[in-house]
Amino acid sequence: MKRIYVNEAWCLGCHLCEYYCAFANSPCDDMVKALKGVSINPRIQVEGGEGIHFAVSCRHCEEPLCVKGCITGSLRVKDGRIVVDPERCVGCYTCVLSCPFGAIMPSDTGVVQKCELCVDNAGGEPLCVRHCPNGAIVFEERGAEA
Amino acid sequence: MRYVIIGNSTAAVGAVEGIRSVDGTGEIILISKEPEHTYARPLISYLLCGKTTREKMRYRPADFYTKNKARLVFSEVTRIDAASKTVTLAGGQLEHYDKLLVATGSRPFVPRMDGIETVEHKTTFLSLDDALAIQTAIRKDTQVLIIGAGLIGLKCAEGIWEQVQSITVVDLADRVLPSVLTPDAARLVQRHIEEKGIRCILADSVQSFDGQQAVLKSGKTIAFDLLVVAVGVQPNSGLIKEAGGAVNRGIVTDERMQTTLADVYAAGDCAESFDLTTGTQRVLAILPNAYAQGECAGINMAGGAKEYPGTAPMNAMGLLGLHLVTAGSYDGTPLIASPTQSDGGYRQFYEKDGVLNGFILLGDIRRAGIYTSILKDRTPLAQLDPKRLLERPQLLAFSKADRIEKLGGVPLGH
Repeated sequence: MKRIYVNEAWCLGCHLCEYYCAFANSPCDDMVKALKGVSINPRIQVEGGEGIHFAVSCRHCEEPLCVKGCITGSLRVKDGRIVVDPERCVGCYTCVLSCPFGAIMPSDTGVVQKCELCVDNAGGEPLCVRHCPNGAIVFEERGAEA
Repeated sequence: MRYVIIGNSTAAVGAVEGIRSVDGTGEIILISKEPEHTYARPLISYLLCGKTTREKMRYRPADFYTKNKARLVFSEVTRIDAASKTVTLAGGQLEHYDKLLVATGSRPFVPRMDGIETVEHKTTFLSLDDALAIQTAIRKDTQVLIIGAGLIGLKCAEGIWEQVQSITVVDLADRVLPSVLTPDAARLVQRHIEEKGIRCILADSVQSFDGQQAVLKSGKTIAFDLLVVAVGVQPNSGLIKEAGGAVNRGIVTDERMQTTLADVYAAGDCAESFDLTTGTQRVLAILPNAYAQGECAGINMAGGAKEYPGTAPMNAMGLLGLHLVTAGSYDGTPLIASPTQSDGGYRQFYEKDGVLNGFILLGDIRRAGIYTSILKDRTPLAQLDPKRLLERPQLLAFSKADRIEKLGGVPLGH
């Protein structure tokens, strides 16, 4: 399965991926309208300091602790992707406490949100990858997985 | 192969999914005492406050049993005969098994309290039936008395908050959430729920009941219409004990979740786990643990190989708008000098033998799983950047090599 991989050596720390993520997950098809005056809460988040930067988003783990520990059953594996059903999530944040990458987070409505690889909103090519100006985020099949 | 699972909750579902990851065809029979589709037990408080519905609180979709070719039988198991590999159902019927899983969960502990038989409206709070009973019993003018300020008691209080006239919570301990919070963190939670109008009476207990009145040891009297007993739970381990299997506080298993009886496994709240943060075998009645043990048992029952070497206590909960997450044990050196934050939140970490052994976060809980992974992996703190780690949960606290492995970035020069 294709996954997002991040190369910190090439990350500029520009945070564009965060803005494209917020746009991809907005109901708007115009980026300016989608983000103007909005405090974004993206599903990919850039960490950094002292010259090091890298973006973190869901790894879509083979052994997903978030799915296995979900108290409601609203997190599940769908064709290898980990997806959340916002209708059933109650916002207990057991998954937030379980994810080793810090890649699942409260949304603005209180239920959780996470990267779902833009399958349902941007045609399956993650916008963070498409618009990374330095190729620091890639979407690749790397094989060697169960 | 014929798999019999006693139970139909988290560990049982984990086992079905574990079995089916190895064996697509063996016969699976689940025997459930509660005549329900599997439901997310912790959601009973959310059902009370209307944040979920009977349908949405199904732990797995409606087609779970047919999709997994599992048969659900509503009955109670009264006996396990490990020699003849049968279980006896309440009606006397026998079911043969090749591999058996005991996923019987826990039951409410109700201490002896004088005069409790005079209380007309009383319930525990562990099952859907309990929630439905509370739903039926409460009105705008109901005064509710909850015995127990633990996770169950406080979630119950949240569930009925603003639907009743008053809620009083009494606990023998000197603080709320005594099993998951330290005294200073508990004070913050107590203040929060008291501001919401929930009355907490701590370090006190019921001396006697007389109809709709409770007299406490301190001499205080409390009038109530509905009593909820949420003192704690105890493992349903009797079937294994009577069958001759080893039981301590909970059912004893090996790392493959097999009990001391051949071909009999146990998982979930009825079984013990190895707590990495205390180094002891104990019952860790938390949902992620139940699923993981159930899945591990299922894989092994089906001939796969999986070990569940141990885990740590962990709890995440919201309480009337305040979020808190905790993990591990607070045995160790506290690492934060002033854990109470200016925004009313709280952060504290405990170090023992060079590893993170426990933590408590109130308020800002974002990315807390980074701490949980460090705790469960027993990562030596010396391998991490302690300043960055304590500042906020971030992967930047790991070495460059670790970060590259975690995020899959190609090494430099590629």
